[in-house]
Amino acid sequence: MAEDATAEGDALREYYRQMVLIRVFEERAAEMYTRAKIGGYCHLNLGEEATVVGLMAALRPTDYLFTTYRDHGYALARGSEPGAVMAELFGRTSGLSGGRGGSMHLYDAARRFLGGYGIVGGQIPPATGAALALAYRGGPGAEQEAVMCVLGDAATNIGAFHESLNLAAVWRLPIVYVIVNNQLGMGTPVEAAAGEPELFRRGCSYRIPGERVDGNDVTAVRDAAAEALRRARVEHQPMLLETVCYRLRGHSVVDPARYRSDEDNARARALDPVPMLRDRLFESGVLDPPGAAQIEAQAEQVVAAAVDFADRAAAPSPDTLFQHVYATPVANLNHALPGEPLFGSHSSHTGTGV
Amino acid sequence: MAMMTYRQALHDTLRAELRRDDDVLLMGEEIGVFEGSYKITAGLLSEFGARRIRDTPICEEGFVGAAIGAAMLGLRPVVEIMTINFSLLAIDQIVNHAAKMRSMFGGQVSVPLVIRTPGGGGQQLAATHSQNLEVWYAHVPGLKVVAPSTPADAKGLLTAAIRDDDPVIVLENLALYNTKGEVPEGEHIADIGTAAVTRTGHDITVVAYSRAAVVAQDVARRLAEEGISVEVVDLRSLRPLDRDTICASVRKTTRAVVLEDDWLSYGIGAEIAATIAEGAFDRLDAPVRRVAAAEVPLPYAKPLEVAALPDAAGLTRVIRETLDATGFAG
Repeated sequence: MAEDATAEGDALREYYRQMVLIRVFEERAAEMYTRAKIGGYCHLNLGEEATVVGLMAALRPTDYLFTTYRDHGYALARGSEPGAVMAELFGRTSGLSGGRGGSMHLYDAARRFLGGYGIVGGQIPPATGAALALAYRGGPGAEQEAVMCVLGDAATNIGAFHESLNLAAVWRLPIVYVIVNNQLGMGTPVEAAAGEPELFRRGCSYRIPGERVDGNDVTAVRDAAAEALRRARVEHQPMLLETVCYRLRGHSVVDPARYRSDEDNARARALDPVPMLRDRLFESGVLDPPGAAQIEAQAEQVVAAAVDFADRAAAPSPDTLFQHVYATPVANLNHALPGEPLFGSHSSHTGTGV
Repeated sequence: MAMMTYRQALHDTLRAELRRDDDVLLMGEEIGVFEGSYKITAGLLSEFGARRIRDTPICEEGFVGAAIGAAMLGLRPVVEIMTINFSLLAIDQIVNHAAKMRSMFGGQVSVPLVIRTPGGGGQQLAATHSQNLEVWYAHVPGLKVVAPSTPADAKGLLTAAIRDDDPVIVLENLALYNTKGEVPEGEHIADIGTAAVTRTGHDITVVAYSRAAVVAQDVARRLAEEGISVEVVDLRSLRPLDRDTICASVRKTTRAVVLEDDWLSYGIGAEIAATIAEGAFDRLDAPVRRVAAAEVPLPYAKPLEVAALPDAAGLTRVIRETLDATGFAG
C-alpha cells in the first residue's frame, strides 16, 4: 500500500514535470514564431497539458499513436527529444521529421508516434488501418499492441470519422479514438457544429462504447484511457473517449481569438490544468513549493537548450530536395528544378530521389 | 508463354502474390463473396479466407485510408476501387496522405500500397461511371501510376506494384478485361517508369496507353497495308513518364499523334505534346495532334457516347491529316 502511494506520488510528480515542460515549450514556441524562427502554422497544446500527459501515461511504448496537427505536447510526453521537436519547428535537418514536416507533421518512428496530421481527421482512417495490421498479425490479449487515435472535437463531423468507426466496429480492431474536446473548432463552438454535442455518444451508431472525462484532470484522463486501451487489447473492442478541456490561446499562434468573451477567458484560466495539478499536489503533500520551483526551473533549462539546439542545427540543403519522395527507385523520376530543361543533366541534384 | 485474358492475368498475379507473401492482403467492395464486380478476385476468398480477402463496407475514404495505415505497419494491401470514378471519394487519403507521408515525415515511413481501379467509357454507363481520371493522380509527386494495355503488362506491372514500397495506382480498363495475349510464365516483373515501343515504324509515332494503346496497334496494322509505317509507343507508366522513349521515337519519325481516352484539355496528351515540343522540336515536321474525348459528361445514349469517345477511325483520320500536312507521299 505504502509502495503504491510512493509509486503514485512519483507518477504525479512526473506528470507535473511533463505538463510544465509542455507549457514552457509551447510558450517559447509562440515567442519563436513571433521572432520568425518558426514559419507556417503553429498550433499549441496550451490548456491541454493534462489531457496530453494523461493519455500518454496510459499508452505503452509498444502501442501506436496518431494525432492531430496540435501535436508538440504528444511528442514531448511520448519521450521525443525536446531539441528535435523544436528543430522541426525551425525546419532543420535534425528535426523530428527532418525539417520536411514542420509543426503539424511531427513523426517519431522509434517511439511509434506515427504522425501529426495537418488535414482535419486525415489521421483517423490510417490509424484504423494500423489497428487492422495489429489484428491481422495477432489476436486479442493483454499483451496485444493497440492504437490510440487522437482527434479534435470538430473532426467528429467529417465522413472519415464515421467511416473509420464503422470499420473498426465491423472488424473489431484494437483502437481507442480520443476526442480532445477543447470546445472550439477554430472559432465554432461544438454546439453549433455537432448534431450530438455530447461527442462521446457519437459512437452509438457503431455500438462503440463512449466515455466523457474531465480533460483537466490528468489522473482521470490516464485511468479512463488505460481502461479503454485494456478493452481494445483484450476484447478487440474499439473504444471512444472524450476529454473536455479548453485551449488557453487562439486556434493557432496568429489567432487573437476575438470570438471568445472575457468570461470565457476567465473560466479557462480558472480551469488551467497546470496550476490545478500543482495545487493538488501541494495539498496532498506529494510536492512542496521548492520541489515545484525546481521542476519549473528545469523545464526552462530544457526548453532553452532545445531552442539553442534548434537555432544551431543545420538547415536542409537544396541538394536534398528530392530525397524521401519515393522509397523504391524507378526509372525516369523527374528531378528538374523550376525552369530547368526536361532533357539534359541537372547538375546539382542528380540523386535517386529516394 | 501462355495465352490468357487480361482479367486472368490480373487474377493469377494476385493469387501468386498472395501465396508468396503473407503480408499481401486484398481489400475492397464485393471482392470476396461476390468475387469482384469484374470477377478479378474470383475464387480467392475460398482459397485464402476472410483474413486476407477483406470485403469492405462502401466507404472509399475509410478503406483506402485504412489500407494506408496497414501499409505503414508493413502490410502490403492491394485495394480494389470498383471504378476510378469512386476513387474521388478517397482522394484526400490518396493525395494528401499516401502520396506525402514518406516525404513529409522525413523518410521514416513508406506506404507499400496498391490501388487497382478500372477507368473507361463505352459501356453506356453514363457520365458518373465512364471517366478517365488518371491524370489527377499522375499529377501528384509521391504516387506512381501504371497503365498496362496487355495481359503480359498486367502481370508484370501489377507484380512490380505489389513489390514496390511506394503507393502505386494500377489503372485498368473495362474494355480490356476480356482482351487476350501471351503472358510469360513464372515470375515476370515489369519496370515501372518505362514506356515500350510496341511496334516499330518510320513515318509517324502514335503515343497511347491502356485501351488506347490497343486501338493504336490495330490502326498501325491496318495502315501498314497501305504502306504507312506507324510506330507505337505504349506509355505503360504515367508517373514516372518515360520522356526519353517518346522523344527518341518522334525524333526518328518526325511526326506524332497522341491517342488518349481522357478529356483533351489538361490531359495526358497535353503533357506528351509539351514533352515533344521540348525534346524533339527541331525534328518535328508537323504539329503534335491529340485524339481525346470530347469535353462533355459522357451521355448514356449510344450515338452520343460513340460521338464523344476517341476511336480507331478518329486516330486514322488524324494520322492521315498529319501526314498530308507534311506532303507525305508514302
